[in-house]
Amino acid sequence: MPDGPTQTESHLIYFSSTSENTAKFIDKLEVEAARIPLYGWEPELVATEPFVLLLPTYGGEDGRHSIPPQVMRFLNRQENRSLLRGVIGAGNTNFGSAYCLAARKISAKCDVPLLYRFELMGTPEDVANVRQGLEEFWKHQSRSRP
Amino acid sequence: MTEKVALHGHVQAINWNRIQDDKDVEVWNRLVNNFWLPEKVPLSNDVQSWATLTPEEQTLTMRVFTGLTLLDTLQGTVGAVSLIPDSLTPHEEAVYTNIAFMESVHAKSYSSIFSTLCSTKEIDEAFRWSLENENLQKKATIVESYYHGDDPLKKKVASTLLESFLFYSGFYLPMYWSSRAKLTNTADLIRLIIRDEAVHGYYIGYKYQKGLEQVTEERRQELKDYTFELLFELYENEVQYTHDLYDGVGLSEDVKKFLHYNANKALMNLGYEAMFPTSVTDVNPAILSALSPNADENHDFFSGSGSSYVIGKAVNTEDEDWDF
Repeated sequence: MPDGPTQTESHLIYFSSTSENTAKFIDKLEVEAARIPLYGWEPELVATEPFVLLLPTYGGEDGRHSIPPQVMRFLNRQENRSLLRGVIGAGNTNFGSAYCLAARKISAKCDVPLLYRFELMGTPEDVANVRQGLEEFWKHQSRSRP
Repeated sequence: MTEKVALHGHVQAINWNRIQDDKDVEVWNRLVNNFWLPEKVPLSNDVQSWATLTPEEQTLTMRVFTGLTLLDTLQGTVGAVSLIPDSLTPHEEAVYTNIAFMESVHAKSYSSIFSTLCSTKEIDEAFRWSLENENLQKKATIVESYYHGDDPLKKKVASTLLESFLFYSGFYLPMYWSSRAKLTNTADLIRLIIRDEAVHGYYIGYKYQKGLEQVTEERRQELKDYTFELLFELYENEVQYTHDLYDGVGLSEDVKKFLHYNANKALMNLGYEAMFPTSVTDVNPAILSALSPNADENHDFFSGSGSSYVIGKAVNTEDEDWDF
């Protein structure tokens, strides 16, 4: 039996498979972030502060199975969904119309903005754009929600 | 030249109920669900469009496709097969057999395009060109030499560079035609190939990185140096090849940006940082949007003009277990 859930105050929550591509992007970003657990036996992650979700899309299959089951499980918790403020997608344009599809689906379903997209583990420009973008995004959020 | 595939000392029955690496199953499922055959694409709808190309454009297109046929043949009959004996898990072996088979499907697809659009004489001439073009032969020879080598990790590097970089001087052209509403069914078929190559490059690159975890820091450095050296060697040749093909239609500079962009992605598949700066990877937006219709910048909230929230629209959200 897994232990009770792990709570996180991180404003950035991400998913990365064992390929670690997305995790490498997070490392380069140097922003405090919490990772959605890969395995069912790990404690579930529960957000306690507003956050942005960053996740990759595994392309193909005409868009089916684009959202990793671990992320669905995470978002199926109402408390997590209610604190979601935006989504960032990682992907590969070689997957055609499925490029960053998981992020687009979550953005549409949860009615939050799709903030940014980048390919694979991201270029240095992507890292700079996301770091600065997140800073400004949270500033704007705190102004509009006193 | 009868080199035997070195199977392990004894053959063990593959047990899909005991998985050592979840990625093997994930990629196997992805590849199986992506399976397709060229007969499913209505290529004959491109016959009229083909007739609107100038003779020079037709020759270019056929040369590009014979070049791609050569690479897919190499990857199907030598490349993917050469990776099998180095597999870390039996499921990895099975994935390579799937990759090898699909490469043969790809190689055959170009023949479907040819037989639909061109005469036998034109086809034979294009194949002769691919035999005689120095730079095309050189790129196949470089990669093949590593496939016959005995370093499992170097083979994976060569294979990933082929899957994720060397195809793109060729893939550019059908995307270009598609952006001008020409040969759109052919482009649909090529997009299926691109999608497959993306999974192949991702998987082989992933296995390369898994392999790196098991070696010394010194060896890791050696492999990194080797990767960049090989990429440079292939890149220089690729630039020449691009000029051979595209100078006549004035597209070489545009193609080179596409090469840089894809070289960066090949490096990332191997776990390395992108090498070419954004100043030389600014791919023509029409090409990018032919590749991925959703890749346009409109969705980019961070670098957008500001206040309007862009919410993804009109996407099917019926994934299973998506409860709320």
